[in-house]
Amino acid sequence: MSDITFIRAESVTTEPRLARGLLIGGTMALIAVLLFAPLIAVFAEALRQGWAASLDALASPDARSAIRLTLIVAAIAVPLNAVFGIAAAWAITKFDFRGKAFLITLIDLPFSVSPVVAGLALVLLFGAHSTMGAWLIANDLKIVFAFPGIVLATMFVTFPFVARELIPVMIEQGRAEEEVALTLGASGWRVFFTVTLPNIRWALLYGVLLCNARAMGEFGAVAVISGKIRGETTTMPIMIEMLYNEYLSVAAFSLAAVLALLALVTLTLKSLLEWRHADVLAATRRH
Amino acid sequence: MHIEIEELAKEFGTERALHPVSLAIPSGALIALLGPSGSGKTTLLRILGGLEFPTSGRVLFDGSDATGLTVQERRAGFVFQHYALFKHMTVFENIAYGLRARKRRERPTEAEIGRRVNRLLDLIQLPDIGARYPSQLSGGQRQRVALARALAIEPRMLLLDEPFGALDAKVRKELRQGLRDIHDTTGLTTIFVTHDQEEAMELADLVVVMSMGRIEQVGKPAEIRARPANDFVRSFTAA
Repeated sequence: MSDITFIRAESVTTEPRLARGLLIGGTMALIAVLLFAPLIAVFAEALRQGWAASLDALASPDARSAIRLTLIVAAIAVPLNAVFGIAAAWAITKFDFRGKAFLITLIDLPFSVSPVVAGLALVLLFGAHSTMGAWLIANDLKIVFAFPGIVLATMFVTFPFVARELIPVMIEQGRAEEEVALTLGASGWRVFFTVTLPNIRWALLYGVLLCNARAMGEFGAVAVISGKIRGETTTMPIMIEMLYNEYLSVAAFSLAAVLALLALVTLTLKSLLEWRHADVLAATRRH
Repeated sequence: MHIEIEELAKEFGTERALHPVSLAIPSGALIALLGPSGSGKTTLLRILGGLEFPTSGRVLFDGSDATGLTVQERRAGFVFQHYALFKHMTVFENIAYGLRARKRRERPTEAEIGRRVNRLLDLIQLPDIGARYPSQLSGGQRQRVALARALAIEPRMLLLDEPFGALDAKVRKELRQGLRDIHDTTGLTTIFVTHDQEEAMELADLVVVMSMGRIEQVGKPAEIRARPANDFVRSFTAA
């Protein structure tokens, strides 16, 4: 026997084989039970009566209007939140001002407040019983129980995603590159588009993808403010719940499967971008 | 360009970064702002470059008031402590940035931009690195690229914040001579900030010793060595 047999192959940070096996196995089991199984169940339930029945259910006017509404709401709320998120992150990281800490806390508010409360707050603010609501109704501007209300609620709930993703990246990068660009004669907008935006593009993309996934899936706030008017203000999550409560399980699960697919597409897109640009990410991202 | 600083002061909130200071910088001089951290030397440099605005006092460029000029209007070539090269651009694009940022009427043609960038790459003695990215350069090369980028805008003055601070001793010595050469070739009024008295004494025509937001002494290196104005200057320059 040579001494080589006694040299441990593992690195110092590696746990004993048993602990490693338990940790990895446990995690895998948990993921399988908590994440994977429900997803499979949704698709299985949707296809229980075959493809034809599922596709029929999706072709119904209610389902089609729900899909359309969800996509349009996301298409408006996500770009707006991207712009607001960039503006908020820019203000917080590039300027010093009073109340900055308060603003950072405020950005997190939608994460800590229950979406239902957010929906109720918006109804109170824009509903018929408030001054603003009365004025809006007098001027024939519908917000509550209408499309604008759904967009507002979605924006409220998904506001933090982009800003939260950008702030740490922008803090780490500091202001030096922007200052250099200014001394070289660039205008503020030019600095933003040629220096700031290229530096934050990956974080921005992550934020937008997460924001999009959440925007399409939002239930609580939208449920309150939309008034659940069938075929008019029902987004996909609301429609799914309504169908489910009416024991139309194939229709409910078919729509749920579509929503899950949309989320999976988002995740795949994110992984694909990470994989394609792994080298750039490694060079510019350290968290 | 000669620069005059008249009773310049800067406060950050309640903190005084700069007590009223006055200084005259002759055209074409190579000046060192020397002092420990917190002495206000970087603040003074940033005010000259237009990155900070003074609480009170005036700055004159060639005799005309420049206090309110924006950072873009000053045309000061600024080299930052850690160079702040644009990571996502090649060396060529980094140097060309200031030329491309000009208004359409004043912007050189693409061929002219290419010629100027190549001339600057020759000047910093790195003719073949145009296609590289900053992450592929050594510390010394980065510093020289930052210098070339600042020179590309045909600046009226050159401002450098701790230009050798992040480099090892050997490279530092080489680049000192490099900066001296570039200064002598371009004839630009050049001001650099340093906390290294040896560096200041060896490189500068005129040394401005600063401490706690005040100017303690201004003079030629030999004068300061021979006749320090007070105990602070004596102990700081003796190190």
